[in-house]
Amino acid sequence: MSVDSGNMAATPALDDVPFTPVDRPTGADRTYVWVTTAAASVSLIIVSATTIFLVDKARPALASAGIWAFFSTSVWNPTVGRFGVLGLLLGTMIIATIAMVIAVPGGVGMALFINEYAPARLKRPLTSVIDLLAALPSLLFGMWAFFALQKHLIPAARFIAARLAVVPFLRQQDQALTGSSFIAGVVVAIMVLPIVTSVTRDVMAQVPRGQCEGALALGSTRWGMIRSVILPFARNGIVGASLLSFGRALGETIAVALILSPVIKVNWNVLTQGGGSIAAFIAIHFGEAADLERSALVAAGLALFLLTFGVNFLARLIVMRTVGKE
Amino acid sequence: MTALTTPNTRPITTAAADGTLHAAPIATTDLSAWFGKRKVLERCSLRMEQRQVTALIGPSGCGKSTFLRILNRLHEVVAGAQISGRVELDGVDIYGNDLSATEIRTRIGMVFQKPNPFPAMSIGENVLAGLKLSRRTTSDKDALVEECLVRAGLWSEVKDRLKEGGMTLSGGQQQRLCIARALAVRPQVLLLDEPCSALDPISTRVVEETVRELASDVTIVIVTHNMQQAARVSERCAFFLVEEFGEPGRIVEAGETKKMFDSPEDERTLAYVTGAFG
Amino acid sequence: MSKTEPTLAKRSSRAAAPERTLDTRDVLPAIAAVTGAICVATLSWATLGWHSVPGVTIVTLAVFVAILTAAEFVREEPPPTVDVAAVEREELTPPPLTVVREPEEAWSPETDRPRRRRAFRGVDLAEGLVAALSGLAVAELVRVVIRMQSLVGFAIWWYAAFLVAYFLLVRDRSNVEAAVDRVITVLVWSVGLLVTSVLVWMVAFVVAKGLPRLSWHFFTEDLSTVGPLTPGGGGKHALIGTLEQVGIATIMVVPIAILTAVYLHEINGRLARPIRFITDALSGLPSIVAGLLIFTVVVQGHGFSGFAAALALGVLMLPTVTRASEEILRTVPDTLREGSLALGAPRWRLVRSVVLPTAVAGLVTAAILGIARAIGETAPMLLTAFGSDTTNTSPTNGPQSDLPLMVWKLIREPVDAQQQRAWTGALVLVMFVFLLFVAARYIAGRNERRLRRAS
Repeated sequence: MSVDSGNMAATPALDDVPFTPVDRPTGADRTYVWVTTAAASVSLIIVSATTIFLVDKARPALASAGIWAFFSTSVWNPTVGRFGVLGLLLGTMIIATIAMVIAVPGGVGMALFINEYAPARLKRPLTSVIDLLAALPSLLFGMWAFFALQKHLIPAARFIAARLAVVPFLRQQDQALTGSSFIAGVVVAIMVLPIVTSVTRDVMAQVPRGQCEGALALGSTRWGMIRSVILPFARNGIVGASLLSFGRALGETIAVALILSPVIKVNWNVLTQGGGSIAAFIAIHFGEAADLERSALVAAGLALFLLTFGVNFLARLIVMRTVGKE
Repeated sequence: MTALTTPNTRPITTAAADGTLHAAPIATTDLSAWFGKRKVLERCSLRMEQRQVTALIGPSGCGKSTFLRILNRLHEVVAGAQISGRVELDGVDIYGNDLSATEIRTRIGMVFQKPNPFPAMSIGENVLAGLKLSRRTTSDKDALVEECLVRAGLWSEVKDRLKEGGMTLSGGQQQRLCIARALAVRPQVLLLDEPCSALDPISTRVVEETVRELASDVTIVIVTHNMQQAARVSERCAFFLVEEFGEPGRIVEAGETKKMFDSPEDERTLAYVTGAFG
Repeated sequence: MSKTEPTLAKRSSRAAAPERTLDTRDVLPAIAAVTGAICVATLSWATLGWHSVPGVTIVTLAVFVAILTAAEFVREEPPPTVDVAAVEREELTPPPLTVVREPEEAWSPETDRPRRRRAFRGVDLAEGLVAALSGLAVAELVRVVIRMQSLVGFAIWWYAAFLVAYFLLVRDRSNVEAAVDRVITVLVWSVGLLVTSVLVWMVAFVVAKGLPRLSWHFFTEDLSTVGPLTPGGGGKHALIGTLEQVGIATIMVVPIAILTAVYLHEINGRLARPIRFITDALSGLPSIVAGLLIFTVVVQGHGFSGFAAALALGVLMLPTVTRASEEILRTVPDTLREGSLALGAPRWRLVRSVVLPTAVAGLVTAAILGIARAIGETAPMLLTAFGSDTTNTSPTNGPQSDLPLMVWKLIREPVDAQQQRAWTGALVLVMFVFLLFVAARYIAGRNERRLRRAS
């Protein structure tokens, strides 16, 4: 090839079109790609299987009760074939809402405590405490709540019912105060609090320190800095964490089943005995159920899955928005 | 002289009427600083005069920024940070047991190396942010915003867009916005931590002019490791140095800027200002 | 120099203060003193039953005077008035630079020690104490008035009254912002302590309930020969079940999860986005629905078995371990990958010999955390393993018990002995989770130390 730069006109010019070099995997690499793809597809298979099999199993009950009636009434009569899970759905959401009301401020407060207020040496131990709380089985929470916590919550429930009877949800008319949605909500709150704390902590740790120091340098107190810099920044994360915990609370089975026995009709007086939870209902009734009832229980489980799926999806969307923003 | 322990209720007024606060000297005596077990500053004694610009110069890593952050009690925000010695604002020890850091920081303001306007606020709100955060009041917000932006040299550029977000400005403008924000709380001392290091040369020039003009109202302490900037901007100068790796930083020499650059007393200062190391 | 001397709030300069008009600084302590006096009187007379008029009178007066004195002590000076014109007329001559004044004692490197700053100033402690006492007084008053019996209720009233009193005191001394900051600090600390103590309470409760019956018998006997009223028995059947089910689940899930994570992070092919989405969706799957799935697919045809339980556990573990593994792979620096590729290594070798070994500690931690979660799952077990009282060592043949199932069944029986067995089983369960947790932390810590030493 001529290196003579003066003679450029003689060599044909290469056209300046970009192309992407492609690296086709060969041999062992091909196998590697196939194996991992196959493994990754297992999740797809599971989800498809869930949908297909569960829908198939649920069909008889839905046909018998009518799809519209299934989701809009509150009845459970296996002999006649009439099923309606509206009361259970509402009851599940009531318990999850109570849990959120307690767990979100508690979780955000705990996250603030770990990140901003606790001595620096305690940060790791405290994070371990939270992770341990998240790892403990729900069976344990239910047992502790039933035998130890409940008796301390009942006087509080009595007090609230007596003083705040003006609020419609908090009334009690000679009903028992044990086994209520309130107590179940408190237990579930303790169970989902670690989720809120972890997510909120991670989001708050991403606040740029320059902003925080800027606020402090202007003479704000620690709470002033948290209120004006950290919390606005972490707002999306907190909302996402709340939704994630709501989704988790919806599906909580065992702890709720140990506290209350699920009823079909929704009980709006949350301080009184009797509450609804689809998951607990399924767990308790499945053992002795005949075919049609089992089918209805599967249908109820599907409804729960759709609900939690939707909530989780929304949560991830919102949390992603915070992470993408920074 | 107003006691430093006054409850934080004094209103902010425009410069003409305000006489209760004015630029004050700030001085350190035998100041040493630690991060945990590691000593980063030793026996730094320096007096920074009111209505003057004092520059802290020296190679990077000598503790100049740490020294600055001790002056407005931002040093203690880091876990494990400790000091010994005295820091006195107008004769009063700011680390005294009965003074709150919050109060001190309203009297000693700071502008950081990287501009940090609050993203969620507009330009006008950013200027007033200091007031909001330290819970002060003012009777005429618009006049205060205008005055601070004028003193920061930013008014003509933003006067039509006070409602726009703080992040729409260029780097140099953001830094001047931070200066305006710091001025709004009427500090007696203004600390600037390498304010121009993240800026382009034109913005640097504007910020330096702003600093020179501000010196007539506030005591200014500026950290820079650009010697020419120190020569342009300051009347007094202090040279920080770390002798060997692992040693704490010390003030080798302090004095009038002209003298330090033309005929310093210490040979290490001479070596630094002539560029033998840096 | 005509500068006025700076002053800190000192007792001696009170004489020079101008005449003050009555304001909240005077009213508040008076109210507090009267309230305190009344509460103490009520306390002594009604609660403690001290029916001695001179005694109660003396104590009440003492409290009254004490509160007033304390208020005087914590209150601060009002600012002295400043002559603005005089200040503006001052001339300023800058004194010479560098060292300000001779220190009291000579400075030397040995005597250079950090200043000890007390975390709580005397004023803070005084305020806290006064607020706590007034809170106690108010709570006692409330208790006597509404005849409250519960200790928890008393504590709540005390806490609320303490917060209010503390807020008022700090606001009186400085300003609203500082007061709000203090109260929030107290609230946040309360949350921290509350959450920690809940965990401690739970663990202590389980230990207290389960420990008495914990013995070697638990690990060697099962419930096939004992009934609700006969003593003895243990949890061998449950232990074997748990070990088998969780073991099978782990063996099935961990390789798949790691390979999926490799696919998602290293290959990032066309299926990556839907698979990530699906994994996220699956992580929200309620455990009972997982049980329903396996019931429909496996149990209906083949009956209850430990293997079905293992499948259900696998479905639940897969998303968690996958996600955690992907996070771990993300922490492996790209420079390692680029270096291997530059040496001419094919992709699979890069993953097998470079990425995975670097990430192995993190992957093991992820697996352990997945196992910890699976061990305690109860709901799906009801539908898949079903449980039994006899030891069934075969995971594919017939119903099998496991720890959560055993505890669940026993705790719901009204017989004390059965519940006792349940508590012991729960204690063993908690011990397992603890051990796994500690193991995961240890591995993570050791890995961190290794990386820190290397870098």
